[in-house]
Amino acid sequence: MWETIILTLKLASVTTLVLLVIGTPIAWWLARSNAWWKDAIGAIVALPLVLPPTVLGFYLLLALAPSSPLGQAATALFGHALPFTFAGLVIGSVIYSLPFIVQPVRNAFEAIGERPLEVASTLRASPFDVFFNIALPLARPGLLTGAVLGFAHTMGEFGVVLMIGGNIPGETRVLSVAIYDFVETLEWDKAHILAAGMLAFSFIVILVTMVIEKRMRKRLAGSD
Amino acid sequence: MSEIHARFKGTTGTFNLDIDFNLPATGVSALYGPSGCGKTTVLRCMAGLTQLATGNLTINGHVWQDEHTFIPVHERPLGYVFQEPSLFPHLSVDANLGFGQKRSKKNTGSLGFDKVVELLDLGDLLERSPLNLSRGERQRVAIGRALLCDPEILLMDEPLNALDQQSKNDILPFLQRLHDELAIPILYVSHELKEIEHLADHMILMEKGRVLTCGALTELLADPSWPLARMPDAASVLSGKVSAIDKEYGLSTVQLSGVELTVPGNVGVIGSHQRLRIIASDVALARDHAPQGSSILNGPVARIIDVRKNGPYSMTVFLKLGTGANGSEENGASLLSRITRKSWDSLALKKGDQVHALIKSVALAN
Repeated sequence: MWETIILTLKLASVTTLVLLVIGTPIAWWLARSNAWWKDAIGAIVALPLVLPPTVLGFYLLLALAPSSPLGQAATALFGHALPFTFAGLVIGSVIYSLPFIVQPVRNAFEAIGERPLEVASTLRASPFDVFFNIALPLARPGLLTGAVLGFAHTMGEFGVVLMIGGNIPGETRVLSVAIYDFVETLEWDKAHILAAGMLAFSFIVILVTMVIEKRMRKRLAGSD
Repeated sequence: MSEIHARFKGTTGTFNLDIDFNLPATGVSALYGPSGCGKTTVLRCMAGLTQLATGNLTINGHVWQDEHTFIPVHERPLGYVFQEPSLFPHLSVDANLGFGQKRSKKNTGSLGFDKVVELLDLGDLLERSPLNLSRGERQRVAIGRALLCDPEILLMDEPLNALDQQSKNDILPFLQRLHDELAIPILYVSHELKEIEHLADHMILMEKGRVLTCGALTELLADPSWPLARMPDAASVLSGKVSAIDKEYGLSTVQLSGVELTVPGNVGVIGSHQRLRIIASDVALARDHAPQGSSILNGPVARIIDVRKNGPYSMTVFLKLGTGANGSEENGASLLSRITRKSWDSLALKKGDQVHALIKSVALAN
C-alpha cells in the first residue's frame, strides 16, 4: 500500500514540476499574444477539460506506441517504449492536467495588466528580466493555485493512467487504480483507508492553499 | 547638439497623431492641450512604448528612432513617470528605487541614491512597503525611481493628475526643486495650465493630435494668436531677480526687464531668480499715472501692444512693461490685463498708448 502512495505522490510532484515549466510560458504567451490563432492554441490546451480521459489515453497509447514515429523518437530518447512506464505516465498526466495550471496562471498574468510591465521596461528591464522579476512575482497567487490544482488533479487521475500506464505495482499502479482494485476484490477496508486518506488530504491541501493565496493577494493588493 | 527633435505620424486605434517639434534639451518643456489631444501618446512614442508608422526621435544628437533604427524601450536612457505611481507592490520602497539604478549601464550618474532620497525627502519611506504610502508619497518614490536610472531626459505624464489637492500641493515644491537642480531636460505633460505656469520654461501647445505652436512659456502665454490669453483664468508669468528686501514691511523687490515690482513676503535672497504669476483680471489700467490714495503697490508703466475682445463685454489687453523709450518695449516683459469693454471705451484706449498697469496682486510662481 505504501508503495502505491509514494508512487502516486512522486507522479503528482514530477508532473506538477513539468507542468510549471511548460505551462507558465504557454500561459504567458496566451495572456500577452495578439496572434489570431491564439484562441485555437487556447482551445487545444483546454481540450482535456472536456475530453473523456479514456479518449485521451487511447490516442496517447497510439501516439507513443513503439511502431509510431513519435514512439520511435521516444524510444531513441529514453531507451525504451513509453507506454506502461512511469515516464509515459508523466507525459499523459502533463497533457491531462495542463489546463488546470495554464488557466489560473494565464488569469494571473492578465490581471497584472500592461502598466507594471511598461514601467519595468522604462526602468531598463529587458523582456526576460520583466518576465522573471515582475510578471512571475506578481502572478504568485495564480502559480500557487495552478500548481495545487495540477497536483491534486494528477493525484486522482484514473482513465488516462489505466489506458497508458496499466497497473504495474511500483511503476504505474497509482492510488485511484489501487482503490478500484480493492473494491473489485472486495477488500473494502483497504479501499476505505485509501479513499478516506485521499479525502482528508485533498481537503487539507485546498484549505491551506486558500489561506496562503489570500495572504499573498493581500500583500500584492492595493497597488495602483 | 543640445536639442530634442521629435516627429511622429500614424494612427493608434482611431486616433491620428501627426506631430513635429524641436525643443532645447534644457529646462522643463510642457506638453499642453485638452484631454485626448494626444499628449500622452507623444510621450509614449518618445519612450518607445507606442510605435507609430513614422517616427523620428533624436536627443542630443543620438538617434533613438528613425526609418532604420528603433531602440527598444529598455535601452533608451530615459526616465518615465506615469500618471499613477505604479510602484511594484512586491518590492519595498528601497527596492523600487533601486530597480532601475541596478539595471542602468552607467552607474556614474550625477544623481546618486542619497542625493535623490534627499531631493525628494524619501528617507523615512525606504523600509516601508509601497502599499502603506499615501498617493503623494508613492508618486515621489516613482519620480525618484525614474531619476535613479540616470536618464538623459525625464518624461512625466501628468504626474499630479491622480492626486488630491493636498498631495498636489505637497509634490509641486519637489517638482520645482527638480527644475532648479537637474541638468537634464524634463518633458512634462499636463492639461492644468497652473502647473505649467509654475514649472515650465517652454511649452508645446497641442490640439487634436497636432502641434499648434511651440515656444517659450512667457511668450506663448501672452501671445494674442493663441487661445491661452483668452482663457478665463489667463495669467502672465514673468521672471526676474530679487533686488531688495524690505524687512519692516515684509516685502521684496523683483527686478524685471525695464521695471521693478514689489512682492509680498521675503521671496528669496537678493540676486536669486524668481518667477512671478500675475492673473490678467488682477491687472487694471490707468491713463496718466497711478492714482493717489490707492492700496495698490505696483503700477508700472506699460505700453498697449495689442487688444482682443473677450466675449461681448470684456477685453484682453496685451502689454509690454517699461516706458517704451528707444524702442525698449521690445525687451520688456509681457503682461496681460483683463478689463471691461466699458473701461476700454471710456478711457479711449488704443494700441500704442502708454498706460499704468495697476497690479492688484503678484504671486510667486516657484
